[in-house]
Amino acid sequence: MREVINFSSYWRSATFSSTVEPTIYLLAFGFGFGSLVSRVGGYRYVEFVGTGTVATAVLFSSAFPAMFGTFVKYQFQRTYDAILAAPVDTEELVTAEALWVASRAGVYGCVPLIVALFFGLNPAWGMLTVPGIAFLSGFGWACFGIAVAGFAKSIENFSYVVSAVLTPLFLVAGTFFPLSQLPEWAQVLGNFNPLHHCVELVRHAAFGTDGWADLGRVAALVGYGLLTWRVAIYAMTRKLID
Amino acid sequence: MRSAGACWHAERMDGQLAIRLRGVIKRYGPITAVNGLDLDVPQGTCVGLLGPNGAGKSTTMRLLTAQAIADEGELEVLGFRLPAESKQARARCGVTPQLDNLDVTLTVEQNLRVFAHLYRIARADRQAAIERALQIANLVERRDSRVDKLSGGMRRRLLIARALVHRPQLLLLDEPTVGLDPQVRQELWALIDALRAEGTTILMSTHYIEEAQRLADTVLIMSHGSAVAAGSPSDLVAEHAGREAIEVYGAPAALAEAEAAAQAVGLRTRRTGTSISVLGVEGADGRAPEGERRPTNLEDVFVLLTGEEIS
Repeated sequence: MREVINFSSYWRSATFSSTVEPTIYLLAFGFGFGSLVSRVGGYRYVEFVGTGTVATAVLFSSAFPAMFGTFVKYQFQRTYDAILAAPVDTEELVTAEALWVASRAGVYGCVPLIVALFFGLNPAWGMLTVPGIAFLSGFGWACFGIAVAGFAKSIENFSYVVSAVLTPLFLVAGTFFPLSQLPEWAQVLGNFNPLHHCVELVRHAAFGTDGWADLGRVAALVGYGLLTWRVAIYAMTRKLID
Repeated sequence: MRSAGACWHAERMDGQLAIRLRGVIKRYGPITAVNGLDLDVPQGTCVGLLGPNGAGKSTTMRLLTAQAIADEGELEVLGFRLPAESKQARARCGVTPQLDNLDVTLTVEQNLRVFAHLYRIARADRQAAIERALQIANLVERRDSRVDKLSGGMRRRLLIARALVHRPQLLLLDEPTVGLDPQVRQELWALIDALRAEGTTILMSTHYIEEAQRLADTVLIMSHGSAVAAGSPSDLVAEHAGREAIEVYGAPAALAEAEAAAQAVGLRTRRTGTSISVLGVEGADGRAPEGERRPTNLEDVFVLLTGEEIS
């Protein structure tokens, strides 16, 4: 297992731009909306968005690279064929890829928070748990991306997933506005959005925890990770072993 | 004395088949890619799978690494049953795929290092294994070059060396020289021949007849997913095509006539595209047509057994 991770890390040493976009969102919304609305959900708007965009950074640095990277590697570079001819099985391959992507998400997820610190977010000890939250969320989204790549027939299929699944989840996660503004049914649905749990956990890490409810959120993310992990293994086995 | 020694040798080998397939069937929907294949590869030999495109050679190779799972039949690689124990088998095999899947963004040495990790070579032995593989590939000077800067021949050598980094007992070569020019092909043949001389067991698939003839101790001719003949190249030629052939040239109508005439007197023929070859004409002087005499070869057997038309 360790070998494979080592190997993945070799491979794409290039740094990734997934932190740039959330930072732009952060600045745009922070300054744009921030001048209109000064306080949201009891926080200053820059604090609200600064913690929320951590989840955006996690999503952009996990689901997207996992989807495209996985597809390119099996379809165009045939890297997985080479690896599976070695004593590595599909489960190990998927796990290693997901762990690697999740580790990067753990790092990249912190970037918006650090930027927000420069714009007046107060540091808190709880923020030290943010890499862990980002890693845990990132693992689920990485497996989600790998599973999508495993089921996709062509790379064009990804646009359906992005428009129909990722964009709504990304917008209705409580990143830019609190879900409490929405009708009740949408709030209930929000509880099924893993990104929302990530947003809330990061916010509570910065501003004080919500006790048992937060433990429930961690459990939800663990559950999401486990589910997508198994689905990703299933999808890739179907794809790679005939 | 000599025959007793050979006999003992054969018996010992019999218990040590590197690959043993029995009645293997692999279907893809309505297509049966491998259809009841039996295959024995004794340790220390080089076996060539020879067959036209679509005969099931590559599927057989994928079955041996459990990247395809057989629908029926028994598969054993190095004494491990597939697919259940395929991981142990894969740890002792080296695989060179037909399609180049080197990582082009890495250097030569990094490609080898990745596989040294994947094959779980202990940290202490890793560097030595990489050096050895670089020497096999004759790429010591190019160790820091990125793969996309290498020539086709160099990439192919690296692909083979990558499969040898962990000193496998068995090497699977899928079409090792496909698409390469004759100079590069010769270079690779020398490399494969050297491995064979060192006692590495090799299973090689190819549709190049000359390649099978030069490198393989035993050739298995495949057609439509099963073995149609097996033996040493010279035995196969003698058995199916005789010693000598006569080439008859002419217009298509004349060729068809010569073909029918030869078959009428019980001689085997094959088309070459430009001529008709009448096979096994030694000792058939009265019946043989006029034409150029030449020794028979493995290509005659290949076309005879796998059909003249492309299916």
